[in-house]
Amino acid sequence: MSKIAKIAYRNLLRYSRRTMLTSMLVIIGMVAVLLFIAIAGSFKQLMVGQITDSMLGHLQVHRKGYVSSIENSPLNLNLNTKQATKLTDILKGNDQVNSVSARLKFGGMISNFIETSNIRLNGINPENEFQTVPLLSQRVNGKMGSDGTPTLNPGELWVPETLAKGMKLKIGAQVVLVATNKDGSVNGVPLVVSGIVGAMTGPGGRDGYLNIKDAYQLLRVKDGEVNEIAIRLSRFNALEPVFSDLQKQLSVIKNKKEKPIFEIHTWEKLSPFSSIAKIIDLLTLFVKVILIAIVLVSIMNVMLMAVYERIREIGTIAAIGTRPGKIRLLFLMEGLFLGIFGAVTGSIISLGIIQFLNWKSITMSFGKQDTLVLTPSIAMSEVFITALIVVAISALASLQPAVKASKLEPVDALRHF
Amino acid sequence: MALVEVTNLSKKYQMGDVTISALKDVSLEIEEGTFVSIVGPSGSGKSTLLNLIGVLDQPSSGSIRVADQEVGRLNKKERADFRGENLGFVFQNFNLIPVLTVYENVEYPLLMVLNEDGSKQRDQIHELLDAVGVLEHRSKRPHQISGGQMQRVAVARALITRPKLVIADEPTANLDHDTAYKIINLMKQMKDKWNTTFVFSTHDPKIIGEAEIIYTLEDGMIKNREDRRTK
Repeated sequence: MSKIAKIAYRNLLRYSRRTMLTSMLVIIGMVAVLLFIAIAGSFKQLMVGQITDSMLGHLQVHRKGYVSSIENSPLNLNLNTKQATKLTDILKGNDQVNSVSARLKFGGMISNFIETSNIRLNGINPENEFQTVPLLSQRVNGKMGSDGTPTLNPGELWVPETLAKGMKLKIGAQVVLVATNKDGSVNGVPLVVSGIVGAMTGPGGRDGYLNIKDAYQLLRVKDGEVNEIAIRLSRFNALEPVFSDLQKQLSVIKNKKEKPIFEIHTWEKLSPFSSIAKIIDLLTLFVKVILIAIVLVSIMNVMLMAVYERIREIGTIAAIGTRPGKIRLLFLMEGLFLGIFGAVTGSIISLGIIQFLNWKSITMSFGKQDTLVLTPSIAMSEVFITALIVVAISALASLQPAVKASKLEPVDALRHF
Repeated sequence: MALVEVTNLSKKYQMGDVTISALKDVSLEIEEGTFVSIVGPSGSGKSTLLNLIGVLDQPSSGSIRVADQEVGRLNKKERADFRGENLGFVFQNFNLIPVLTVYENVEYPLLMVLNEDGSKQRDQIHELLDAVGVLEHRSKRPHQISGGQMQRVAVARALITRPKLVIADEPTANLDHDTAYKIINLMKQMKDKWNTTFVFSTHDPKIIGEAEIIYTLEDGMIKNREDRRTK
């Protein structure tokens, strides 16, 4: 075996220029794929992080039917105090759930006494909200508390950045919020602007916030009544199993008509960015397919050329008694070595470039945010799998030329010029 | 005792619609330890006969027994094994493996064909390289030595497995006369030293004179057999 490997290795050196060119193709393909995976993965992770940690949370629970009407912010699909308490107890009983934040979302009107505009609002408990969506505090410019987070005490309001600009609202500005409750009566409450919330792409990205106690007062609902519960998990990777577990637990809780009361969704179902994430995954797959094609075509081409150029040599080793299987192995090894060399070198170069990109701190913009730092990274398992694919495809590409070489009749091969 | 028994051997080739008879009803016997030459003009069937005796090709009809084994109907793998265990080859173009050194070329059949540990046969390889006069070139690659030296290496490679029979198709055709003569003498010495049977084809009349038995082929048939051992 080692002798076959030695001959295969020397044959590659013998045609050094061709070997280098083929290896370069494999290396470039490998680097392109690994860099794409690292950068696209980093972009996706960053965006998912922004969306889940600034607005959505990892999971959300609503009353059944709420999400399909979410654009209207319906108040007749609220969870009553009893349901919300029961739900919170279930969620807190799951050891993967890090925190939950109950919200009361609704639509209303905001007036600065000169002009009036529509506004979508979230009634929140700031402490719970910051634990569940920790990046929210970074989006808010305004009055800060002693703990360094923006305050949202009763009587205070955070207005979305776009609305603040349009209505010329500044921190400390007096406004009146007017909203219609679920019974159809209109109520108003005076508030002071204590923060301006930066806009984000996606649902809830242009919403204002007020303390949930003010929301209860404005909408005249009982304390504890909410229409959305956002959940943050201890580990984002546990999203799918936790979702399944909770879905199973919640589906058995039914109303008098024996229909489920709650519905639970992952962030993917609630954000249009999940489609972009899927497109990124699809592109990654597509780039991998291109790599496979490059490796397959280049190695098969070079190995076929090797067979045609060395027909007499194959005839000689066959004539002196080399079994067809060993001839096949010889050519398979040549292709394998090309693949292994390309995969290993490509992996090393890729990891070097990824390190360099991290050192250079590349920034990008997403929506209104323009200083997001990309941190390309790639799991070693991904590098290993990609390298393994390249090596396997190299072996596959060498198979046909190797079989062709082993099938040559020595008497015909020796006649070849 | 005959090492090679060829009986009523024919070989036909199909070239499009035309059938060419390269050998017609050839019968011959080659004794063990003899130095045999097959001569004849181009197209007379010398190479075809050597290919059949060398188990590189299969006959259209007739039988070939080499070393007491009928070899005409062996499958590809059996033929490869038979060649590896019983035969050695010397080619017109030397056909050394270019990526291996002189030493490794001679070692190749032991490792790759007989699956032996080459390190155990180190002394045997050195002895053979010394016998054919290329020991000092053992670390060189084929392109670093002359044609005559390459053919000496090819002879050593053919003999390293101690074959019963060495087939040499025009082994001197690409060599100048002096070198060709030396190669034939080397083969003869090896025959005497190892009692190996050599069968070679040639055009060169001076080389023919070195053979013990000469078969003359014409139009795929044996026209003459000359045994020079009695002369």
